[in-house]
Amino acid sequence: MTPAWLRRSPVTELRTDALTHRYVDGDISALDGVDLEITAGERLAIIGQNGSGKTTLVRHLNGLLRPTEGRVIIDGTDASRLTVAQLASRVGLAFQDPDRQIFAGSVRSEVEFGPRNLGRSGTDLEDAVDAALEASGLGGEDETNPYDLGQSRRKLLALASVLSMRTPVLVLDEPTTGQDARGVERVRDVIEAVAAEGRTVIAISHDMRFVAETFERVIVLRGGRVILDGSTSQIFAPEAWDALTSTHLEPPLAAVIGQRLELGSTPTDASLIRALGHEGFPRVG
Amino acid sequence: MTITLAGIGYRYADTSKPALIDVDLELGEGEVVGLAGPSEAGKTTLCLVLSGLAPRTVGGQIRGSLTLDGEDVDSWPMHRLSQRIGIAFQNPSTQLSQVTDTVFEEVAFGPMNLGLPRDEVISRTWAALSALRIDALVERDPRRLSGGQQQLVALAGLLAMRPAHLVLDEPTAQLDPAGTQLIGDAIERLAAGGASILIAEQKTDLLASICSRLVVLNGGRVVLSGPAAEVLADPSLDGLGVAAPSPVRLRRAAEAAGANDARLAEALTGD
Repeated sequence: MTPAWLRRSPVTELRTDALTHRYVDGDISALDGVDLEITAGERLAIIGQNGSGKTTLVRHLNGLLRPTEGRVIIDGTDASRLTVAQLASRVGLAFQDPDRQIFAGSVRSEVEFGPRNLGRSGTDLEDAVDAALEASGLGGEDETNPYDLGQSRRKLLALASVLSMRTPVLVLDEPTTGQDARGVERVRDVIEAVAAEGRTVIAISHDMRFVAETFERVIVLRGGRVILDGSTSQIFAPEAWDALTSTHLEPPLAAVIGQRLELGSTPTDASLIRALGHEGFPRVG
Repeated sequence: MTITLAGIGYRYADTSKPALIDVDLELGEGEVVGLAGPSEAGKTTLCLVLSGLAPRTVGGQIRGSLTLDGEDVDSWPMHRLSQRIGIAFQNPSTQLSQVTDTVFEEVAFGPMNLGLPRDEVISRTWAALSALRIDALVERDPRRLSGGQQQLVALAGLLAMRPAHLVLDEPTAQLDPAGTQLIGDAIERLAAGGASILIAEQKTDLLASICSRLVVLNGGRVVLSGPAAEVLADPSLDGLGVAAPSPVRLRRAAEAAGANDARLAEALTGD
């Protein structure tokens, strides 16, 4: 069933055009001429070394940062011409450090804040909040003080408070950091459910296994530039390893084993086992 | 350089449920012990107790005993303990001093406060910076670095103090794979110098590569403990929400698919 908000708001397309960003305190370009086209409904992972510009890039997508040069174009409009409210209704961003995002006195009011600001109220608001809390595993914690939750659940709370805004684009900055195996599984389920509704999910991650199993497209940043952009299976294929290792990244174990056995690109355990000739292998978590 | 915890129970202020129940733990000289478990199993609490911050700074009630190199440290104030045990948390922004303007000063801040001679502070600072490959950042403002770079800076500051005992709570949470590897190498070097180290981590691939022993917590209790390779291959880890290391998961996935594949087994040798 397509929820009402999705029927109302058209799918959103994102484009960056020679996007460049220099922070005030240095002459280093955190982003250096990034051209990207992100189609509605894509699941895109952004990977790269610490300091390669990943967070700087995604902060431009909802207007938290403004380009030094170049443009961000959202649905054909230069983002600099959109108001904060217009940007917020299209692109939701969950921070890497949840404590920079959380400020309300209870879990429920934290998750209500975003959609309330977008003008939702009544049962519409209630449903959005309930669904977001449920998906993030925080059902029943409505009245809990966010700071009584452990670090990993505060991170899920930050996810819930962006989910509840039901934006056509969801941006997650290192969503699995500090999560245990069940938490990682939960984040993956959320991403798949959001993508199944035709919404776009963009995530930064250092967990190559999670990236390989969850995303269809990967871009690799190095020194503020895009050095690789392709399907998950292209990015973790042996041909791309030189570029990956040039920026100190390594492919997941399944890809390494697939290469040793000359089986082509096998970024996930499931694809490796299929390539070994064992068909009908169930999807692994 | 050893740490011994015996019969530790701990309860945070204003809570009824204990966060740790009857935990025994011994860290020998030069030993790296891993601490695994699902979220909210008590890993961070155990790190706080082991470093002395709980109850000294955090409050709450504790029972049992903490011994450093055979000395009961119950009555030691925090400033005395912190010269013997270093601690790092997963969130670097809470660890930076906020009083320095460059990465170099930030890393030098810890050894300077140990009252070391100036030359010694400078040489230790450079050594820590280059061990974590952040020497190129020395002139930068630590507050304006990326999350992962801040984490490396915080860890470099800790390494520069060369603590005899070290407690690390998910130190690589925000690090890229190369940064994670550098931290692993630095931990092994400190241990080779005799330090006893406890590291709480979700990254079981890292635990598998640097730990001799592993302790698994669940609900505040130790539920598994033993040689790292044995604990990491224990089938009950899945049910606890702890991901097995990549090679173990791959082998299991192959078995589940009925793929008793000789090629796969051979390719995995050594992983």
